[in-house]
Amino acid sequence: MMTAADPLLSVTGLTKRFPGVVALSDVSLSVGRGEVHALLGENGAGKSTLLKILSGAQAPDEGSIVFDGRPVTIHSPLAAQEMGIVTIYQEFNLVPHLTIAENVFIGREPRRGPFIQWRRMERETRAILERIGMPLDPRRTVRTLSVAEQQMVEIARALSMRSRLIIMDEPTSALSEAEVTKLMGIVRDLRAEGLSIIFVTHRLDEVMAICDRFTVLRDGRNAGAGAIADVTVDDIIRLMVGRDVEALFARRDDGPTEGAEALRVEHLSRHGDGRDPHAVVLDDISLVARRGEILGIAGLVGSGRTELARAIFGADPVDRGRIFIDGKQAWIRAPHHAIRLGIGLAPEDRKQQALFLALAIRANISMATLDRLSRGIFVSEKAELAQVEEFRKALNIRMASPEQRVALLSGGNQQKVVLARWLALRPKILIVDEPTRGIDVAAKAEVHQLLYDMARSGIAVIAISSELPEILTISDRIITMRAGRITGEILRRDATEEKLMRMMTLGDTAPAAAAE
Amino acid sequence: MTADALPAQRKQIDTIGLLGRFAPLIFLLVLMVAFWLAEPNFVKPLNLTNIVLQVSVTGLLAIGMTFVILTAGIDLSVGSLLAFAGLVGAAVAKGGLESRFAVGDVTEAAGYGWGLAMLAAIAVGVIGGTLQGLAITWLRVPPFVVTLGGMSVFRGAALLFSGGGPISGFSEGYTMWGKERLFRDLLGGVGLPVPALIFLGFAVIAFIVLRYTRYGRHVYAVGGNLEAARLSGLNVRFIITSVYVIMGFFAGLGAFVLSARLDSAEAVAGQGYELTVIASVVIGGTSLFGGQGSVVGTVIGALLIGVMLNGLQLNNVSSYIQQIVIGLVIVLAVAFDLFLKSRRKT
Ligand SMILES: Nc1ncnc2c1ncn2[C@@H]1O[C@H](COP(=O)(O)OP(=O)(O)OP(=O)(O)O)[C@@H](O)[C@H]1O
Ligand SMILES: [Mg+2]
Repeated sequence: MMTAADPLLSVTGLTKRFPGVVALSDVSLSVGRGEVHALLGENGAGKSTLLKILSGAQAPDEGSIVFDGRPVTIHSPLAAQEMGIVTIYQEFNLVPHLTIAENVFIGREPRRGPFIQWRRMERETRAILERIGMPLDPRRTVRTLSVAEQQMVEIARALSMRSRLIIMDEPTSALSEAEVTKLMGIVRDLRAEGLSIIFVTHRLDEVMAICDRFTVLRDGRNAGAGAIADVTVDDIIRLMVGRDVEALFARRDDGPTEGAEALRVEHLSRHGDGRDPHAVVLDDISLVARRGEILGIAGLVGSGRTELARAIFGADPVDRGRIFIDGKQAWIRAPHHAIRLGIGLAPEDRKQQALFLALAIRANISMATLDRLSRGIFVSEKAELAQVEEFRKALNIRMASPEQRVALLSGGNQQKVVLARWLALRPKILIVDEPTRGIDVAAKAEVHQLLYDMARSGIAVIAISSELPEILTISDRIITMRAGRITGEILRRDATEEKLMRMMTLGDTAPAAAAE
Repeated sequence: MTADALPAQRKQIDTIGLLGRFAPLIFLLVLMVAFWLAEPNFVKPLNLTNIVLQVSVTGLLAIGMTFVILTAGIDLSVGSLLAFAGLVGAAVAKGGLESRFAVGDVTEAAGYGWGLAMLAAIAVGVIGGTLQGLAITWLRVPPFVVTLGGMSVFRGAALLFSGGGPISGFSEGYTMWGKERLFRDLLGGVGLPVPALIFLGFAVIAFIVLRYTRYGRHVYAVGGNLEAARLSGLNVRFIITSVYVIMGFFAGLGAFVLSARLDSAEAVAGQGYELTVIASVVIGGTSLFGGQGSVVGTVIGALLIGVMLNGLQLNNVSSYIQQIVIGLVIVLAVAFDLFLKSRRKT
C-alpha cells in the first residue's frame, strides 16, 4: 500500500464557488502511490468538481495542489495529461459521429509524416478493448453504442495514455455486473503497476472490494477520511449523510402479483439495428405486467432490455408483435401515442435522451406533464413550481433554484430530475431504465420507496437495472433476457444473484419458461 | 443534507451569464450614443421612428425566423416567399389576374379590397411554409436544403406570376397599412408608423407565446434536444412543421405591409432579406444550434441592424460598405456567443 508520508497527490484548502453555490470549501485530499482511493459523498457533494480541478478542466478559487512532491498549478486538461493525470469524466466526452478508434486517439493520432496511421490506431484500440473485455469493432461510430459501451470506450481512452494517476468519476454507474468485474480486475492490475487511482462510485460494495483508502465529502467539505480496512459500509454512509441511517434498503414486502393485467406484449420482434440488417434485436418477446407489481428485467449489456422498453414505448419501430393495454390492443407508433395510452419511460441515457441542458430545472421536470400543468394554452408557473418542490423534497434534489439550468446540476441530481419527470406523469405503466444510475445511496432508497408507492397505488412498474442487488430488492417478479430473447422468469422470493446470473448468461440451458 | 443548507454566497454574480444576456442591448445603446455624438439629428423622433419603420418588415420576418431557429432549423426562402405572397395579395387587391396591371388607383369596387388582399398574401405564405415544413418532417430533407430549394421555387413563381412588371397603385385603405402614422400627438407630432406598430405588436404576442405557453415550451424543447423531446411525448413532427407555418404567416404579413408601404409589389422584392432576417435573430442572441434565445433578443437584433444602417447612411457611408459591415457583424455576434458559451462551461 501507500506511504502516507510521501503521497503522490496532496490537495489542501481547495475552495470553488459557483454562482449560488459553494461547491468546495477548504477541502483536502491525499492520495498515496499505488493506492486506490475512494472519493465518496452524496449527489452534489462536490466530487466531480474536485476531480475537474485536478484534471485541469476547472480552476480553483483557492487552495494548493502538490503532485509528486512539487507544488503545481494545473492550467488545462493538456497540462494534466502531460503530468500523467488522466481522467474518465462522469459525463462522457466522446464525439458521437467519430469512430471508437478516433475517439480513443483523439488529438494523439499516431502519424507517419502528415498521415494518420489508421491501421495502427485500429489495431491498438482493438487490443485495449480486448484487454478490458469489450471486443467492439474500433471502426464503429460512437453514436451507435449503448451507454455502457460508451463508458468502456472512455476507459479505453484513459488506458491508452501514459499515466501516473487515473481519475475515474463513476465509471461503473453505467455498467452491469460482468463489466464491473472486469473493470475491477483492471484497476487491480494498474495498482500492481504502481499507478494511483481515484475512484468515485455510489456502489459501496465496490469501495469495500477494491479501495485502499477513502475520503468523504459532505456539502463541499471534508467529512472524513481513512483506511477502508478500518470501516464498514454503515460507517461510510453515516459520514456521507451526516446522520444514522437505519434500514436503508427496505425490501418490498411481497407485493400482489395477481393484480389485473396492465400490459401484455405478444411476439414482439425486431431485426436489424442500422448496421446489420440481420442482427436480432428483439426475438419473439412475450410478457405480461400486472397492476401493482414491480417487474424487474435483468440482463447483460446488449441483451435487449433497453430495446424492449423502447419498443413498447414506441420509440423504435418493430417488425412484428402486438401490445395490449388493459386487455385492449394498442396502436403505438410514437412515444406520444404511448404516453396518451398511459405508458411512461424514463430512459437510460440522461444526456442524450432525457435532459434539455439549456432549459431550467423547472421546465425539465414538467416536460411530460405540461398538459396537466397548463390552464388553456398557458403553462401555470405556480403549478410547475409546486411540482418541482414536491420532487425536490422527495428525491433530495440539490439545486440553487428551480430556474437554474439543469446543465449546472451534479450528475446524480440530473438523474433525479429525469426520474421526477416520469414519476410526475403517474402513468398506468411506468418503465424505468437504470433509474438510479449515479444516484447516491440515501437517495436511491428514496427512489425505491417512490417506486413501491407507485406500485401500491396500482401502477404497473417495469424496472431495468444492471445491478442485480437492486433488481432483487425492488422486483416482485423478474424476467431475464439474453441476445434479444427472454430466457427465464422467476419470482423474487425464489431468486438469488447466482440463479439470475445463470439465467442471464446461459439462457439457452436454463428453464426457458418465457412468460406465456 | 438538504438544499436549504446551501451556504449563503448567493450574492456572487454570474458576470458572464449577465454579459451574454444583455450584450445585444448594451451594444445597441453604445451604438446609438456613438451615432448621436457623430450626428445629433440621429436622435430626432422622426429619425428614430423611421428606423423602426425601416426594420419593421424584416423584423416581422425575424419574429417568425426566431421560432424556426429555436428548433435548430433555418429558412432561406423568406425573401422569395415574401415576393410571391406580395404579388398574389396585390393581384387580389386589383381584382384578379386580368386586371392586375391596371394602372392608377383602382376603386374598391374594382378590386377585392385590402382585407382579402392581406388574407391572400398571408394564405400564400402559410401554404408555402406548410409545404416546406412537411418536406422537412416527412421527407426528412434538412431545412437548409428544403428552403434553399424554396428560395428558388418561390422566386420563380413570383417572376412567372408577375409577368415581369410590378403591380402598383393601390387604394388608400391598402396603402395606409404601410404609410400611415397613428397617435399623431405622440413624439412631438411625429406619431408611430403603422408597420412599426404591427411589428412590435406581433413581437409582444410572440414573446408571450414562447415564454408562457405550452407550445412555446415545446419549441424550445425540440431545438434543445430533439430525441429527448420525442421521448417526452412531444409530437415533434407537428412542432417542427408548425414553425415553418408561422414563418410563412409572417412572410405573408410582411409582404402585405411592404407592398402597402411601397405602393407596389414586385417579383424582385425581398431579395437578400434572408441575410438581414437571420442576422437579426442571431445578433439577438438566439443560438443557431437551437433551444436558446428569445424574441426580445430578436427585436433588439433587428433594431441594431436598423440603427447601424441608419447611422451609416446619415454619415454618408456607401451602401456597399454597409453590406460588408452587416456581414462582419453577424460573424462577430456568433463568435461572441460561442466565446461566452465556452467560458460558461467551466
Ligand atoms: N458550472 C456550475 N455552475 C453552477 N453550479 C455548479 C456547476 N458545477 C457544479 N455545480 C454545483 O456544485 C455542486 C457540486 O457538484 P458536483 O458535480 O461536484 O457533485 P458530485 O459530488 O459530483 O455529485 P454526483 O454524485 O451527483 O455526481 C452541485 O450543487 C452542483 O449543482
Ligand atoms: Mg459527479
